[in-house]
Amino acid sequence: MVYDVVIIGGGPAGLAAGLYAARAKMETLIIEKDAFGGQIVTTDDVENYPGSIHEPTGPSLIQRMVEQAEAFGAKKISDAIVEVDFSQKIKVVKGKDGEYKAKSIIIATGAVPRLIGCPGEKELTGRGVSYCATCDAAFFEELEVFVMGGGDSAVEEAIYLTKFARKVTVIHRRDELRAAKSIQEKAFKNPKISFMWDTVITEVKGDGILESFIIKNVKTGEEKELFPDEDDGAFGIFVFVGTLPATELFDGLIEMDNGYIITDDNMKTNIPGVFAAGDNRVKSLRQVVTATADGAIAAVQAEKYIDENFEE
Amino acid sequence: MFELNKDNFEAEVLQAEGLVLVDYWSPSCEPCKALMPHIEKMMESYGDKIKFTGLDISKARRLAIGQKVMGLPVIAIYKDGEKIDEVVAGDASKESVEEMIKKFV
Repeated sequence: MVYDVVIIGGGPAGLAAGLYAARAKMETLIIEKDAFGGQIVTTDDVENYPGSIHEPTGPSLIQRMVEQAEAFGAKKISDAIVEVDFSQKIKVVKGKDGEYKAKSIIIATGAVPRLIGCPGEKELTGRGVSYCATCDAAFFEELEVFVMGGGDSAVEEAIYLTKFARKVTVIHRRDELRAAKSIQEKAFKNPKISFMWDTVITEVKGDGILESFIIKNVKTGEEKELFPDEDDGAFGIFVFVGTLPATELFDGLIEMDNGYIITDDNMKTNIPGVFAAGDNRVKSLRQVVTATADGAIAAVQAEKYIDENFEE
Repeated sequence: MFELNKDNFEAEVLQAEGLVLVDYWSPSCEPCKALMPHIEKMMESYGDKIKFTGLDISKARRLAIGQKVMGLPVIAIYKDGEKIDEVVAGDASKESVEEMIKKFV
C-alpha cells in the first residue's frame, strides 16, 4: 500500500506528527527502530513540558503520546530504515524488515548522545561508561559516579543519580554551568553532588569494565588518574555532553548545516513532500515542546502537499 | 523466558551445560523493555537450542557487575557456564541479537 505519510522516528516529534496526520484522516505510519520516545523516554523527570507536572516521567509522557496517536488510527512499526529513495513522486523507505511507500515523508529521526571522544570510551560503553541514567543508575547504588557535562541533561541526571549513588561528581569543562537556573539551584543544594570545574576526561581505562579514568584541568594542564574507592571496587561515568543529529541516512540528499536538516518555517526540506521535525533540524531550542510543535506543523503541511499534488 | 535471580543464577547459568542466553534488564530501562518482546519472539525460533533467561539487575546488581555487566541492555550468551559473546547498550538491537544467536546455533 501507499501511505499518505510515513514518519521516520517515534520520539515526541514523530508522535505529534502521527497524531495530527491521523486526525486529518491520513493513512499514517510511524517507524521506530528502538524504543518509542527517543531521548525523552530515558529521562526520569520532564518538568518543562506544559501539562506534564502531575506525572512528569519521560516514559509515562511517551506512553500517553503513543496511545493518543494510535487512538486516532496512526500505525506504528518497529524497523530500522537503511535506505531511502525520494526521487519519485511516491517515496520509498527501506528498512531491515520491509519496504514502505508514501506520498509524503516526515523525518523525525532526532538526535543521539555526543561522545566524549577519548580513548577507551567505545570499549567501555555499557561497561561503566553510560549515556542513560535511568537504564544504568541501579548498578551504582551506594557507589560513586561521575557525570560529565554542564547543560540541563547533565545536571538533571546528576540529581536523578543521587537517588542511587553515594556520591555524584559533576565534571564540567567550564567554571560555570549552562543548565537552567532552577536546575542549578537544586543541584547546588543537594549534599550528594559536588563539582569539578574546568575539567575534562581524557581517557577511560579498564579490562572489560571501567577501572580508572584520567582527568585534566584545562586551565592548569594538570592530569590525574582516578580509581574507585577500595571498598566500592567499582564506579561509573555518565556522559551528557550534548547531542548529534541522527541524519547520516540523508547525507548528500537533503540540505543540511553541520548535519542538521535545513527547513523553512513549515518544516519543508529542499525535497518537495519531504519534511523534517524535531531535534534533527536547524533550530534554536531542542526540547520536547519544540519537537511536538514541529511534528504538528509538518503533518499539517504534509496534508496540504498531498491535497495540492495528488488527485483523489 | 526463565526468570533468574541471585539464588538460581549459579545453577541455571554458570553451572549449566550448553547454551544459555541471559537478557540483563531493569524495570527503569526503557530500551530493555522495548527489546524484550523481540527476544521473546526469538525464543520461539531458537528456544530448542538455547535456554532463554532474564535477570532483573535492580535486584542483583552485585551479581551483574561480577559478570562485567554495568550498562543496559545487555544480551549475553553463555556456553557451559562461560560468557562467550554479548551485545551491549546502544549496540543491542533485535538485529544484532539475532546475528549473535545465529553464530552459535
